Amino acid sequence: MYWNKECETMSREEMRALQGAKLADCVKRVYENVPAYKKKFDAAGILPGDIKTIDDITKLPFTDKYELAENYPYGFFAVPMRDIVRIQASSGTTGKQKVLGYTRNDLKLWGEVMARTMTAGGATAEDIIHVSYGYGLFTGGLGAHTGAETIGATVVPVSTGNTKRQIQILRDFGCTTICCTPSYALYIAETLAKMGLGPEDISLKRGFFGAEPWTENMRQEIERSLGLKAYDIFGLTEMIGPGVAFECDAHGGLHVNEDHFIPEIIDPDTCEPLPDGTPGELVFSSVSKEGMPLLRYRTRDICTITHEPCACGRTLARMSKPAGRTDDMLIIRGVNVFPSQIEAVLLDIDETSPYYMIYVDRVGALDTMDIEVELREGYPFDQVRRLQELSKRIKGAVESTLGIAANIRLVPVGTIERSEGKAKHVVDRRNLK
Amino acid sequence: MNYVNQISVFVENKTGSLSQVTKLLADAGIDLRAFSIADTSEFGILRMIVDCPETAEEVLKKAKVTVVKTPVLAVRLEDKPGAMNHVMTVLAANAISVEYAYAFLSRSSGSAYVVLRVEEPGSVAEVLMENGLKVLGNEELKKLQ
Repeated sequence: MYWNKECETMSREEMRALQGAKLADCVKRVYENVPAYKKKFDAAGILPGDIKTIDDITKLPFTDKYELAENYPYGFFAVPMRDIVRIQASSGTTGKQKVLGYTRNDLKLWGEVMARTMTAGGATAEDIIHVSYGYGLFTGGLGAHTGAETIGATVVPVSTGNTKRQIQILRDFGCTTICCTPSYALYIAETLAKMGLGPEDISLKRGFFGAEPWTENMRQEIERSLGLKAYDIFGLTEMIGPGVAFECDAHGGLHVNEDHFIPEIIDPDTCEPLPDGTPGELVFSSVSKEGMPLLRYRTRDICTITHEPCACGRTLARMSKPAGRTDDMLIIRGVNVFPSQIEAVLLDIDETSPYYMIYVDRVGALDTMDIEVELREGYPFDQVRRLQELSKRIKGAVESTLGIAANIRLVPVGTIERSEGKAKHVVDRRNLK
Repeated sequence: MNYVNQISVFVENKTGSLSQVTKLLADAGIDLRAFSIADTSEFGILRMIVDCPETAEEVLKKAKVTVVKTPVLAVRLEDKPGAMNHVMTVLAANAISVEYAYAFLSRSSGSAYVVLRVEEPGSVAEVLMENGLKVLGNEELKKLQ
């Protein structure tokens, strides 16, 4: 089943022609409207007229997350604010979030790409779609919501939390489709079992799971314990949110909506393009976007790409599940976390040293984060009450910065290993198999 | 001054944390007068009254142990019922809060001592002495056996 057969099964020549035309138009728009891009193009000696076909894409400079931070919050918007109708955001490397502005057409586009995603998984207007991604600045909730509305399904916007209530809604409302993180799907399954219930007590036929890495084993476990078919979805706030790439029944990688998000794979060190099948850093150009199109945006995700047509009939290029990152970003319970954000919190707290270590574990289905923080040399730690207050204060500051909770463990001076050169800040003990 | 220097050590709540500290002190010939542990699920604070706090602090610091010297009161108690109550009554009557307390005995003096952590130990010592209580200073502590 296709949502947009024409775009999803287009020949390679047609796709390349479409991408080339959109790229040329996008380059012109950002050159004229985004001073940061004009500066980049001028520095590289490129004029908008130089970009005529999709092959010219390699002439363009890359865009990275640091430039988004430098131009925070609206510096990359390519239209006046009066045309921006929505803001979404996700964590950046510093205290500043990555902010994305959508025009009315961008929201329509979001609905379109999410409709393709849901249709590929068999969802139709007949379905009742339970969205338990978080609603808010995070793109998960509203992204799934807009896709479900676009296909004309019945949306149940539950958002996160209160798992027993979620299960009651799944049962009472007869939801046939669920959208959440894969780890939360497993947690729902665990809770269901604890309540003495099983897949026969709910009506789910399928689920769209994303926002964090997951494995084939997790897919089988989710499918078995919830009695549904599980589809992977991929997206990032900087592009649009969920809907950048999606899975079909062939499970042969994720189809990139490449008429809107042109993918490339590059060598992260030399920045040279890599051929199909060679792992490298994923780069996207969001050429259809109006509010904040980005050219050659470096995602930091490592994966491969193939342009071979798929068994499902789609010709859209397919990306493999990201197999890692070229930076130190962690994804914890679907939330992007950069160690540098934690460092920034600790720098504001006088009682501690700048040394810290993050431990990430998966307890049952859920991720936990423990942060070891070293006391400052000479800090008068003699009162338990003060230490507990300190620990609580750090916990509060971390939570308000990251948006997720962490356990804080105060440790003696010198406990955390000092490293020469690049400090190691993360021990990720989640064993995703 | 009528207070003694307590040695506090911050340790992780894990096996071997205590022995590391006691070995360092034993090797340096430090005599422990009193010892107390405050613990939470995450960390512990060892609090010690020793014959020579300066040496103890130096030895521990050199071994990169997280240590801090804290002034506390060591109040002499007669070894009989009601002695502790007398101290607490004086403190309560003067609205003085106690952060923590622990006790030890001295063989040579035949007395018991209660160690008190209070805010402003200097002025609290004066209040206690005005009420007929004996409060140890660092020099007297050294002489205790």
